[in-house]
Amino acid sequence: MSTKVYRFQPINLGRWVVWSAFALVLLIVPLFFTSSLATTVLIQMGIAIIACLSYNMLLGQGGMLSFGHAVYTGLGGFAAIHALSMVNDGRLNLPVSLIPVVGGVGGLIVAAILGSVTTKKSGTIFAMITMGVGELVFSMSLMLPEFFGGEGGISANRVQGDPVLGITFGPQIQLYYLIALYCFVCTALMFAFTQTPLGRMLNAVRDNPERVQFIGYDTQRIRYFAFMIAGFFAGIAGGLSALNVERVTAEVVGAHASGAMLLFTFLGGALFFFGPIIGGVLMVVAQVLLSEVTKAWLLYLGLIFLLMVMYAPGGISSLIMMNVRVAAFGMFGRLWRTYLALLVAVLVFLGGVGAMVEMTYHIKLNLSMDSKMKYLWWTLDTQASSSWVIALAVAVVGGVALEVLRRHFSKRWSKIQEDIEAELVRRGAH
Amino acid sequence: MSTSLPMGGASETAPQAPRNIGTAMALELRQVRKSFGKTDIIRGADLAVRQGERVALIGPNGAGKSTLFNLISGRMAPTSGEILLNGKPIHGHAPYEINRRGLARSFQVSNLFPRLSVFENIRCAVLWSMGERYAFWRFLSNLKEVNARTEEVLDMTRLRRKRDVSASLLTYAEQRALEVGVTIAGGGNVILLDEPTAGMSKSETANFVQMIREVTEGKTLLTVEHDMGVVFGLADRIAVLVYGEVIAFDTPESVRANERVKEAYLGSTLAETQAAEAVTQVGV
Repeated sequence: MSTKVYRFQPINLGRWVVWSAFALVLLIVPLFFTSSLATTVLIQMGIAIIACLSYNMLLGQGGMLSFGHAVYTGLGGFAAIHALSMVNDGRLNLPVSLIPVVGGVGGLIVAAILGSVTTKKSGTIFAMITMGVGELVFSMSLMLPEFFGGEGGISANRVQGDPVLGITFGPQIQLYYLIALYCFVCTALMFAFTQTPLGRMLNAVRDNPERVQFIGYDTQRIRYFAFMIAGFFAGIAGGLSALNVERVTAEVVGAHASGAMLLFTFLGGALFFFGPIIGGVLMVVAQVLLSEVTKAWLLYLGLIFLLMVMYAPGGISSLIMMNVRVAAFGMFGRLWRTYLALLVAVLVFLGGVGAMVEMTYHIKLNLSMDSKMKYLWWTLDTQASSSWVIALAVAVVGGVALEVLRRHFSKRWSKIQEDIEAELVRRGAH
Repeated sequence: MSTSLPMGGASETAPQAPRNIGTAMALELRQVRKSFGKTDIIRGADLAVRQGERVALIGPNGAGKSTLFNLISGRMAPTSGEILLNGKPIHGHAPYEINRRGLARSFQVSNLFPRLSVFENIRCAVLWSMGERYAFWRFLSNLKEVNARTEEVLDMTRLRRKRDVSASLLTYAEQRALEVGVTIAGGGNVILLDEPTAGMSKSETANFVQMIREVTEGKTLLTVEHDMGVVFGLADRIAVLVYGEVIAFDTPESVRANERVKEAYLGSTLAETQAAEAVTQVGV
């Protein structure tokens, strides 16, 4: 699917509406979710959105598959926590609200140094180098405990000095609004970047690096500059995270963190600017909420990722945009029943598969305590064959229904696409 | 087969009135060689194209025409020899450096930015020449001159109706037009076109040649071309490349009468199919 058309519209009412809505959501969301857990989750979402958007500068806009983006969020985090610690000691005079910018500058400097090596190459070699650099930095964290703080990491206190206008950043909600502000500004800046000469040439490098050379541009420079800018925003995300946790450990530069950014940016969708926003939200939902619900969350995540790569490589954002297009032609009415049926089938299928997965995990982890376990609204006995038979039957019924519906949907979808093409031709003729 | 040369016969697109061709050299090749391992592809090619001149580079398949283009445009470095652009050496320089000095090329197989719109494709090619470089502190939509130039190229290449369509969705002929558009958009004064009309129908070709004539007005043009109708309609001089050497470089009439050229074309089995093709195209 490569039908996206980039266009510029100097005065765009829709754009104002979207950005105002985004600001409004950031403002009022804590009024609806007031619990402490909810605030924690929202804070992490704000940070993850910046991180995923900065990652997508490389992946979606520049075609650079990086396996080591956590180096920049992580080292930005370390820069921020050291700065905060210096503020605590009185060695540095800086408002706490600007600490994330220190993280950003840290990320920028690290990206300027490491990027001068990594961006010399593109494609697979770039991916390999970023992976190597990631491992290198992670291993250095063990060698340089003075900077990385060893196993305990580095900690500092974000409540510092006298309150300014009553703001101490002690209460989480105050931190939330700081992060919401950073999230909005960074998102706006990163979007603005896509509308600049460098931003557009980055798209050109993604599409066809060879041709870029023949229209006067040094592809390496374009990649390098974009890499540094992405490093800056990654560092801000790391700095915000440092403020949030008040501690930074070496794990933040590790491959797990890099992998999560890649995975969720991809799930959200790299083709559209807003895709990584969805990705960032999902990242926190999975890491904080899903991991509470089930021990098998990584397995489910892997399955979802697999299905997404196979059936919807454009991620959730492209699924949304494809349906928006259908709706724009007034044809969504022909789909929603199928969607509803698909949803039911998916739930039945997942219910069956989930039961088997959960029972397996239960046997491996908790069997010594009790063979019975709670699953959704039922109690399953992992030792009783009936539980397994029923779970399998549910999964099979769901799976068969899903396949039948999928074929039906696929036909209907193609028909709709044909109708849209016909409609476009008809409009073009007028 | 007729004994006449493949480039015989007049065409419907005859050269227009004499244009302003300077005496200074826009592009010079001096004893340019290129070998891959032990295989010599270009074996001491000499060529001197005057400013404002339109030169067609012809030769049998495998003669090294595309390699020569790659050497001139910086895609490859010559093994030895010199290449001068407006009197200054460019051999061994990176493609973007050569482009900044005023040489732009197109490709035999369309080489575009598939996910960008037609407009964006052209605008990308305009940016450097308008001094925008790597700016990330200015909005594209505010760059009046850049956008005006882009719109102008859009009209010149007759692609206005496809302005906002992504390049991957264009028809073949439209992609060829965009290929030329991206090439000329930057305002280079030496234009290299690699088989611009290959694969087009006859009627498409005639319009296309007219378009090429317009967009390269006042510029130096070097084009690889198989369609002899196009060659004779467009070129002031023809360079014949055979086995990596320029064996003839003269006006169309003289090249047509050149014994070495006849021999090279008719003596080469490689060239035969191509010659036959050319003969049918011209209708001798």
